[in-house]
Amino acid sequence: MSMETCPECAAAVSPQDRFCEQCGRNLRVQRTTVGGPEAAARCACGGESFDADGFCGSCGRARPSARDRVEFVLPGLAGVSDRGKRRQRNEDSMAFGRVRGRGVAAVVCDGVASSERAEQASQVAVDTAVDVLLTAVQSGTDPEAATRDAVLAADAAVARLARPGAEEVAPSCTFVSAVVADDTATVGWVGDSRAYLVAEAGAARLTTDDTWAAQLVAEGVLTEEEALTDRRAHVLSRWLGADSGLDGPQAVTFRVETPGLLVLCSDGLWNYLPEPEDLLAVLPRGVPPIEVARELVEVALKSGGHDNITVVVVTLRGGHGA
Amino acid sequence: MGLDFGVEVFQNEYLPEGEARVDAILTVSATGTAAPVPVEGAAEVLIIDTSGSMRYPPTKLAAAKQATEVAIDTLRDGVVFAVVQGTDEAEVVYPRGSGLVAASPQTRAAAKQAVARLRADGGTAMGRWLLLADRVLATHTGSGPRHAILLTDGQNQHETPQQLGRTLDKVAGRFTVDCRGVGTDWEVSELRRISEAMLGTVDIVADPAWLAEDFRAMTAAAMGKAVADVSLRLWTPEGAEVVFLKQAAPGLLDLTGRRTESGVRTGDYPTGAWAGGESRDYHLCVRVKPAKVGDRMLAARASLVSPGGDVLGQGRVLAVWTDDTALSTRISPEVAHHTGQAELASAIQEGLEARKAGDAETATARLGRAVKLAHESGRTDTAKLLAKVVEVQDPATGTVRLRARVADADEMTLDTRSTVTRRVGKG
Repeated sequence: MSMETCPECAAAVSPQDRFCEQCGRNLRVQRTTVGGPEAAARCACGGESFDADGFCGSCGRARPSARDRVEFVLPGLAGVSDRGKRRQRNEDSMAFGRVRGRGVAAVVCDGVASSERAEQASQVAVDTAVDVLLTAVQSGTDPEAATRDAVLAADAAVARLARPGAEEVAPSCTFVSAVVADDTATVGWVGDSRAYLVAEAGAARLTTDDTWAAQLVAEGVLTEEEALTDRRAHVLSRWLGADSGLDGPQAVTFRVETPGLLVLCSDGLWNYLPEPEDLLAVLPRGVPPIEVARELVEVALKSGGHDNITVVVVTLRGGHGA
Repeated sequence: MGLDFGVEVFQNEYLPEGEARVDAILTVSATGTAAPVPVEGAAEVLIIDTSGSMRYPPTKLAAAKQATEVAIDTLRDGVVFAVVQGTDEAEVVYPRGSGLVAASPQTRAAAKQAVARLRADGGTAMGRWLLLADRVLATHTGSGPRHAILLTDGQNQHETPQQLGRTLDKVAGRFTVDCRGVGTDWEVSELRRISEAMLGTVDIVADPAWLAEDFRAMTAAAMGKAVADVSLRLWTPEGAEVVFLKQAAPGLLDLTGRRTESGVRTGDYPTGAWAGGESRDYHLCVRVKPAKVGDRMLAARASLVSPGGDVLGQGRVLAVWTDDTALSTRISPEVAHHTGQAELASAIQEGLEARKAGDAETATARLGRAVKLAHESGRTDTAKLLAKVVEVQDPATGTVRLRARVADADEMTLDTRSTVTRRVGKG
């Protein structure tokens, strides 16, 4: 019999336990930290004292935000979020979780840089949405309906961050989610964060960007190539926030037939690897999801790291869910 | 205490990748309705040059006496004071005997009688005058500002510049000195050296008749100071160095060499005494270790610190590295303005020096540059003074011709006032 420990209080628990005898934690559900990672205790220079404004007492640099580099690992899925090399803050967020024996849910949101407190928007969105999705996984709710509920709940939560009278800079973010349960996977999105499916047989992009450029390509006004260099390439046509006017996500559901990986990411990654084949070409093989996520983030950093980079990798076993 | 100090920082915190130099203007303001220091706290020494040269013209000594009498009248009751006469020696003429005496109708009258009896005779050794002033002020136990006014008409002929330098090193920081040159036989650079070391001002009083009003204003300003011996404390990060710290307004004063270490990566610079409502600008230039694009750094923390170590006010100088050239090429108008004012001062001083040395080419070039800078920054006061030394053909391009005949007083006025600056947007 394999021994496990409660992730909350480290008491010994058995794989059959639904709750920890010690602290009462729900053992069937594991998820990333609500509100994002804890603050870093040390500066990059090794300094441990910071002034009231958060500047290091030795080298003067601003206290590294815990958000600058975030890594989360759960069995079967993992994610990395990085500030990149050019932005002052990491405005991307990610959250994911798993319900033992049922499935997993993951969300990536990219804060809109021109909005206020974009990192708050993305964090609130992922936390809210992943809660809704994990509840749905636990209760076996229809994943597309759950995805829609999750997006609308996240949209409302982000909208509550807005200052009255400041709609045009209201905190906003994009959204991409995945629910994998019972041999099916559902991907939902709003904006230009993307999902890719990578399997032995090949790779595919599962999302279409909600951007003006993508819309013009769909209408045949621009070619793909023209769209990439067009100044409207990143102008969103849909987003989450007080001024979104959102009625729901786009979504796709498919059967997971063979083993593979689901990759959710912000544009900080896909700007450098837009085509599924580009992703496939740099993907490391035979390593756990966290190594895959780290490697993809590294590729984006080496390519310039002009934006925040977030990558969540979900293992698809094919045949029996997660 | 009782004054509130505020530090405002003006800068463009955005730097291009790899840039190490951070420039900022620190505007320090003392606000509040604090009463001036209790009268028993302040001390004033009036130093009058009575060397032989003061005899000619005879109105010179008479005007100096009159000015000193006005200064004595300006002292508030209870302020302790003394009058020193300086030649190649120095002597306290009032009060007789020891140190200082509290101002009252009786002591003011007695002091004025002593001043009236002064006669001009002997040489000039300003270091000795300052040493005596220091000894007299050392007897003062109050906590308020210690101030002296030094009035001279001549050059420091009876001691070497090295001797004067040693004296200044010894007494700097112990009291402040405002210097006034009467007539045109004194050296601007000599009095500037004293006033800078003693954190005071220097000016020319070309006509002895103007002395009285000037003395009254100086004494009133000194008596209005509410807080003495305030330091500007700079913290800089590891691997950083302060390239310079200069008072930029109301006058130029380089404080870079006046640093005393006060902690880890922390140094204190003296700023002297402050009055309520007073505001000064300081130009700080720091060289830091550049960080990554996107990184944000505290390049310096500037604190106003009382002699007791209380932090009275604080400001932050930041650095953020960016690859957005629209941000990093933005120019801080405050930094640019004060950089221009400092260049104007050095162009005038270098131009006048070259002129004296007979180097007409350099003099024309530097004074032309000064005319252009004065024109651009709207310094009509300086432009007028420059026009007495050069014939201005085109102020916009700085095209000038040296005047063949220049009154000494005009040249010296331009030189002494070159370090007076104007603040941004204050006309």
